[in-house]
Amino acid sequence: MDLHLVPGAIPTTAERLALDSVLGPAVDGWDGGTRLQGPEGNTASSGHASRVRRHLLLPALWALQERIGWISPGGLNELCSRLTLPPADVYGVATFYAMLAVEPRSARVVHVCEDIACKCVGSDDLIAQIEERFGAEGELSDDGSATWYRSPCLGQCDRAPAALVSDAGEEPHERTLALTTAVAVLEALAGGDPGPAPVTVLPQAGDPALRLLRRAASTRSVSLDEYRAQGGYAALRRAVELGPEGVIREVKESKLQGRGGAAFPTGVKWEAVARQPARPHYLVCNADESEPGTFKDRVIMERDPFALIESMTIAAYATGCEHGYVYIRGEYPEPQHALQSALDEARVRGYLGDDVMGERFSFDIEIRKGAGAYICGEETAIFESIEGNRGEPRNKPPFPVVEGLFGKPTVVNNVETLVNVPDIVLRSGPSYAETGTEGSTGTKLFCLCGHVERPGVYEVPFGTTLRELYDLAGGVMGGKELQCILMGGAAGGFLRPDELDLPLTFEAVREAKTTLGSGVVLVLDETVDLPRLLMRLAAFFRNESCGQCVPCRVGTVRQQEALARLVSGKTAGGVQKELAVIAEVGQCMRDASICGLGQTASSAIESAIGRLGVFS
Amino acid sequence: MSELLLAPKRMIELEIDGQSVRVFEGETILGACRRLGIDTPTLCYGDTLEPANACRVCVVEVEGARVLAPACSRKAEAGMKVQTDSERVRHSRKMVLELLASSVDLSTTDEIPGYLERYDAQPERFGPPAPPDPDRDRKRTGHHVEPDGQTAATVYAPVKIDNELYVRDYSKCILCYKCVDACGEQFQNTFAIHVAGRGFDARISTEYVAELPDSACVYCGNCIAVCPTGALMFVSEHALRAEGDWREDDQTVTTTVCPYCGVGCNLELHVQDNTIVKVTSPDDHDITRGNLCIKGRFGFQHVQARDAP
Ligand SMILES: Cc1cc2nc3c(=O)[nH]c(=O)nc-3n(C[C@H](O)[C@H](O)[C@H](O)COP(=O)(O)O)c2cc1C
Ligand code: SF4
Ligand code: SF4
Ligand code: SF4
Ligand code: FES
Ligand code: FES
Repeated sequence: MDLHLVPGAIPTTAERLALDSVLGPAVDGWDGGTRLQGPEGNTASSGHASRVRRHLLLPALWALQERIGWISPGGLNELCSRLTLPPADVYGVATFYAMLAVEPRSARVVHVCEDIACKCVGSDDLIAQIEERFGAEGELSDDGSATWYRSPCLGQCDRAPAALVSDAGEEPHERTLALTTAVAVLEALAGGDPGPAPVTVLPQAGDPALRLLRRAASTRSVSLDEYRAQGGYAALRRAVELGPEGVIREVKESKLQGRGGAAFPTGVKWEAVARQPARPHYLVCNADESEPGTFKDRVIMERDPFALIESMTIAAYATGCEHGYVYIRGEYPEPQHALQSALDEARVRGYLGDDVMGERFSFDIEIRKGAGAYICGEETAIFESIEGNRGEPRNKPPFPVVEGLFGKPTVVNNVETLVNVPDIVLRSGPSYAETGTEGSTGTKLFCLCGHVERPGVYEVPFGTTLRELYDLAGGVMGGKELQCILMGGAAGGFLRPDELDLPLTFEAVREAKTTLGSGVVLVLDETVDLPRLLMRLAAFFRNESCGQCVPCRVGTVRQQEALARLVSGKTAGGVQKELAVIAEVGQCMRDASICGLGQTASSAIESAIGRLGVFS
Repeated sequence: MSELLLAPKRMIELEIDGQSVRVFEGETILGACRRLGIDTPTLCYGDTLEPANACRVCVVEVEGARVLAPACSRKAEAGMKVQTDSERVRHSRKMVLELLASSVDLSTTDEIPGYLERYDAQPERFGPPAPPDPDRDRKRTGHHVEPDGQTAATVYAPVKIDNELYVRDYSKCILCYKCVDACGEQFQNTFAIHVAGRGFDARISTEYVAELPDSACVYCGNCIAVCPTGALMFVSEHALRAEGDWREDDQTVTTTVCPYCGVGCNLELHVQDNTIVKVTSPDDHDITRGNLCIKGRFGFQHVQARDAP
């Protein structure tokens, strides 16, 4: 391949240095440095070597974005030479992500959440005030230094309304605004200090029955010594005693099922990877957490990062992985920092690296920062994103356990799934399985948000009823009536107040034709304009579709248009016709889409129509 | 073909629409359907390229599977039971056709009228098509203006005529990925174009929407050869169509050998009114697999430069 760069676009020194910080200095003329002298001068020593570093593309794009606030043609040229990648290809990747800009943008950008949980607590108002006092979305401040955009759920729904402030520059900075106000957002836009984000409140703090949230109830990130003092790393020792097969046996006997949405048996997945002869094996922890209404993984990573690190180490030990990735959504600066410092500490103290805890196995973990794409939480899109490609899901089969990251056998697990593992190893699989029900073992984290009295992450054993959980969180706030509950997030389904006695188990929700999804319990009071909320869900799927397959790429648009006609009352041939459009498009998305995004893009909307009778 | 000669492959047996069929291991369901003479609609599939699985018009129902499978890429398995004309299959195929035909200009996709009729697809039911959007190439990822539903969103955008050889009319693009694959690692290794953006705003683009002469394009025209919809078209064909004078029935196709270099690619000269209007190469040609370089593809003008001094 002959690289053809953008004519005349030259990188600035700042852009060069930003790239060097991720890629290291350029080695020779081939990758953008000085040409080698002497008889070897024309040898392409690093063309292939550069290309195999393609997995550094997203970190490199982030380096440019964080340095000057956008990916300029000069910066892109430099990046392309450094990695021997064609500009059109890199442009295609950059434009896949909502947080990366390919047109000049101000150094400061505030993303204001407009999603379902924030809507419940007045984000529409907040946004209206920003529009009035600052200007329309994307408009620059007078000095050109700041702008703002609407954003999908920022994973702060327990502290809604929320916003994210990003400052590009020599020392880039990002921070979350939670329980925020228009005044605070305007202050942030002006470069002032909107004050620290209020700490996360765990409503069950102090409850001795907590398992996964035991340490997270502390109000700050647990240190390695504290972690150890509270029993940390005993599970890893025990795992080494059990041996890889022993660990997998315990996990299988625990009947642990994935908490990322698909409820796949974790032990079966691990065994499949452990048995693959192809090497290396990879472990990917899915911390993309972009399902609207979900914030449980954030709390674990912020408060109890070593639990995730130990859990991943056990998983890697059992499945023969030497390298693990944690893919964290780009909108999570605080969890990322907490986890990064924990990783650094674990590495220094010998809990990661070539000889983990002196037990003669090697494992290390790398964080990958997403860049604004819900779809990258899909288990194969996450591979594409890590590999430096557009985050487009793969067609399955082959499944990740056979051909995953870099084409190798890969374990993908959700954060919450993983942090169950130490407990399983320590108390044994069968003993773990005593909690919960026959078909759903252990405890489950739920994200209560919306019009609920005490929002937050709750941990309850499987089998707890929705009503018990709802009561635990204090019910509807402000003494209003409950209208309905959205369970499982945008890809979930609505439930009526008379369905509160539903036991929260995989089997019971399946029977009731709904889903636990990512554990969202969005409480909606009588004042909520449900059709408007459905419009938001439809907009979300349209925005987040990767665009690869027709059912989802166009289906999400047609679904939204039909809803818009229903909402405005300007239907084409009556309500029934529009409902039929939604049902027919939904059926095709469910049946013929490549991945779970398209397959579930109509479920909440169809459940509102079918279960709540919203347009009848 | 040549692979089959190298290692004899195992045959497996499966059942399609109640008929049993034997295929080589590794063959797709589409291949198996073709053996049985079952006509399967395809749009993004091309015989010379790896399947992109993108359009989903070829979906079939595999017994025991939760969702439908793309026939063009799903490998046949021993004992598989496949239905190609069930209610679910017909519904999804019909919807895919309606979704595409309501959002893309398919006027130069030859198979479309037949497909629409076969599945009784009614793309008009989503409303009148929205007009072309001059900003389509610069949509901010993950954002859109809320629609009122009174028109059906389309991918219509102004035609790109920025060079003398071929025209890009992405209003006709079904995003089948074929041009990207042909320009990239499957054939040409030039990588001048890629998919940019996301979701409904995804589109084929050069870096920063550069015009072709500023891009890496070397005008091999291999993207034109694989494009199933006429979104990519010779300037000569585009001009004749614009004048309403494109008459395929009156054209002759003459196979010859490219005179420029020693590779000796086969050329098919499409001639209308004694003028070469398009050049292709046979897909099943061992060497070209349908591909050419700029000389074979576009270097025909001198033949008809009759008026030159
Ligand atoms: C569109 C889409 C988004 C997803 N996002 C996430 C996510 O953010 N986090 C997650 O753990 N799983 C997510 N999943 C589920 C993953 O595909 C996968 O099933 C999961 O990570 C497997 O881990 P588990 O078995 O531990 O649940 C998503 C799936 C889809 C289809
Ligand atoms: S279903 Fe949607 S998100 Fe998934 S591959 Fe298809 S277009 Fe992409
Ligand atoms: S003409 Fe050739 S080089 Fe140019 S875009 Fe098409 S395939 Fe790529
Ligand atoms: S331009 Fe043609 S070949 Fe390229 S994606 Fe569109 S329809 Fe397919
Ligand atoms: S942070 Fe706003 S909806 Fe989740
Ligand atoms: S032809 Fe099979 S998915 Fe397009």
